[in-house]
Amino acid sequence: MLSRRSVVALTASALLLGACGTSNDNASSSNASAGPKKVTFEYYNLSTAEPLKSFWADVIKAYTAQHPNVTIKNIAIENDQYKPKIATLTQSGKAPDLFSTWGGGVLKQQIDAGLVKDLSGDMSDIIGNFTTASLAAYQFDGKTYGLPTDIGMVGFWYNKALFEKAKITQAPTTWAEFLDDVKKLKAAGITPIALAGKAKWPGHYYWAYLAMRIAGLGALQQAATTHDFTGPDFVAAGQQLKALVDLQPFQKGYLNADYGTPGGQAAVMGKGQAATELMGQWAPNVEKDSGGGIGDKLGFFTFPMVDGGKGSPTDAFGGGGGLSVGAQAPPEAVDFVKFALSEAQHSKAVKVGGVLPVLKGEESAVTDPNTKIVAENLLQSTGFQLYLDQAYPPAVGQEVNDSVAQLIAGKLTPDQVAKQITDTAKNEAE
Amino acid sequence: MTGPDTRPALTETLGSPRRRDRGRGPLTAFGFLLPALILFVVLVLGPVLLSVYFSFYKWNGLGGLPQNFIGFDNFTRLWNSDIFQGDLRHGGLLLLLSLCVQLPFSLVIAVLLNQKIRGRAFYRLLFFIPYILSEAVTGVLFTLILEPESGLANQLLKSVGLPEWSWLSDPSSVLISLFLVISWKYFGFHTILYLAGLQGIPKELQEAARIDGAGNWEVFRHVTLPLLAPTIRISVFLSVIGSIQLFDLVYIMTGGGPAHSSETMAVTMVDYGVRRTQVGYSSAISVVMFLISLAFALGYQRFVMRRDLEGATTTTGNLR
Repeated sequence: MLSRRSVVALTASALLLGACGTSNDNASSSNASAGPKKVTFEYYNLSTAEPLKSFWADVIKAYTAQHPNVTIKNIAIENDQYKPKIATLTQSGKAPDLFSTWGGGVLKQQIDAGLVKDLSGDMSDIIGNFTTASLAAYQFDGKTYGLPTDIGMVGFWYNKALFEKAKITQAPTTWAEFLDDVKKLKAAGITPIALAGKAKWPGHYYWAYLAMRIAGLGALQQAATTHDFTGPDFVAAGQQLKALVDLQPFQKGYLNADYGTPGGQAAVMGKGQAATELMGQWAPNVEKDSGGGIGDKLGFFTFPMVDGGKGSPTDAFGGGGGLSVGAQAPPEAVDFVKFALSEAQHSKAVKVGGVLPVLKGEESAVTDPNTKIVAENLLQSTGFQLYLDQAYPPAVGQEVNDSVAQLIAGKLTPDQVAKQITDTAKNEAE
Repeated sequence: MTGPDTRPALTETLGSPRRRDRGRGPLTAFGFLLPALILFVVLVLGPVLLSVYFSFYKWNGLGGLPQNFIGFDNFTRLWNSDIFQGDLRHGGLLLLLSLCVQLPFSLVIAVLLNQKIRGRAFYRLLFFIPYILSEAVTGVLFTLILEPESGLANQLLKSVGLPEWSWLSDPSSVLISLFLVISWKYFGFHTILYLAGLQGIPKELQEAARIDGAGNWEVFRHVTLPLLAPTIRISVFLSVIGSIQLFDLVYIMTGGGPAHSSETMAVTMVDYGVRRTQVGYSSAISVVMFLISLAFALGYQRFVMRRDLEGATTTTGNLR
């Protein structure tokens, strides 16, 4: 059982050497003699699935055609590999020139380390074009450190045909109804829910939404500042999730299932093997990409209300994605963001159903029915909470994901989940 | 290997004392060692010392050097951590299984392959192939094979009428599944080690034993095994160090899950260092891993491999 000690040694030393790295490799290489300076910069992003994959390839092509001196390295990394990759890069003391971000506490940590460019000045001419809601995750102390490419919400995507087969006539509006439908689906021999237990973050959506419905949005925001998640409402959220888990609603082997891989959560939904998944606005595309998709049999309903809860059924949980620029990036990176997020370009991504509108007046570009339904629900939302694993600093966000994953695996009780998250949040705040 | 008295005599004959001083002084030796020494300091000693330094701080790895000195807090937190205690249990169990199942299995295969059988070279190649595959490829491959719904393993079980198994997706079965994959990957390596050892055993000794009336088992037990002992000691050593640092296969196949039930120290270290950006705490894990490895390596070399390493730097008795 010899494992390559070199690999671990390398990981360890990369972790350590990374910490004392300096920014000696400059992204832009100058060539003063011939025309405009030749510039190369890297664009780290998550767009590995269609239609966004082609969208970004086209935008980069269009931009470099206008600016032949610029070369953009398009580095697309799958979601679950992307987060550790960016973490390692930033720990080397330098953020990528241009990178996808979800904003929130993760971005804040990078800003505090001086790795991210303040775009308030450079982008002042276009910041006003974006909707207030879509910008919120990237703004701190009145400054803007990122611009949104997408904004949406998490909700239940469901297979209408399978619901029909289980004789469920309308989408559940309360948690009790939802649990009831899960039982009906199970009785009809259908896997009620697809879940990526290995990826962990899809599981945290359930706990977060239940906390929002039971404790209310205000309580969740308050807990973020008091670092105390031990209140009875947070424990109740865990108990409701446990009630769902106890029905054994997930697909076979869900504890080691990934999200976007073959056999993962999206593939199970996309092949019509499960009736629902709780996922964000990108779900239809990933289902199609990894499982073929179920076409117009796919429907959407918002997370049901919990009876007696303090939250509002119209409060939305989710986020989008945006672009941030590294502190030492060449000015061309900023220019490229302006180009890509101009209405002429960005609305193409909206049109093909890749993202939701982030620019004012862009709603008219929405044609895709799945995009439309999320956009409509988002428009009606009365409050908004960013994904907890992005809203909080990484240590706390990952603890939420991890504790909830252990609850789903039956290894932690709802009380222990609340306590572990609180312990980590308090420790991180010290 | 060498008696202390013969060596000075040997160097004496190589030339006049003056030439020897010019060409073989400590400075020359140092010059030749320097490139390796620089690499060792930069890539091994430096990171180890930095790691020790970071482990006394609460630090997210971003922005300059750590400021928040917290003494041994990271280590006490580690000591009390359920996850870390789990890591030690999982590592210990995998180690025990390797020593009691995987290595004896490798030895049996090696003894069989040491016979004169048809297609011997082919079998040797076949058993060694898994070791050549990269860990990442092996990990992805077996993730697909062990996938509970559509994976090959369960399809095979189903086709012969056996009940399906949960493999990697259940806390109770994940460690055994991992052990099977690890064994598949590394038994060929140990087999080749043993084969090389077996071929170094003079045939005369075995023949002599047979003439004295020893059966197959007695020859194996009293001639082959004792002469193979140095190889076995090395193989055990590599296996233990490998278990302590086990990372890539586990990280790819399960990420340490479900619910930390297959997590190893190295996986925890990466999880905290990279995903949770708690580099100080993660450094503490790496320091503990280093200390465990170091203590084992020194102890093992000092007490178990003493005979094999006579004359090497770890034994001090005969360096006069």
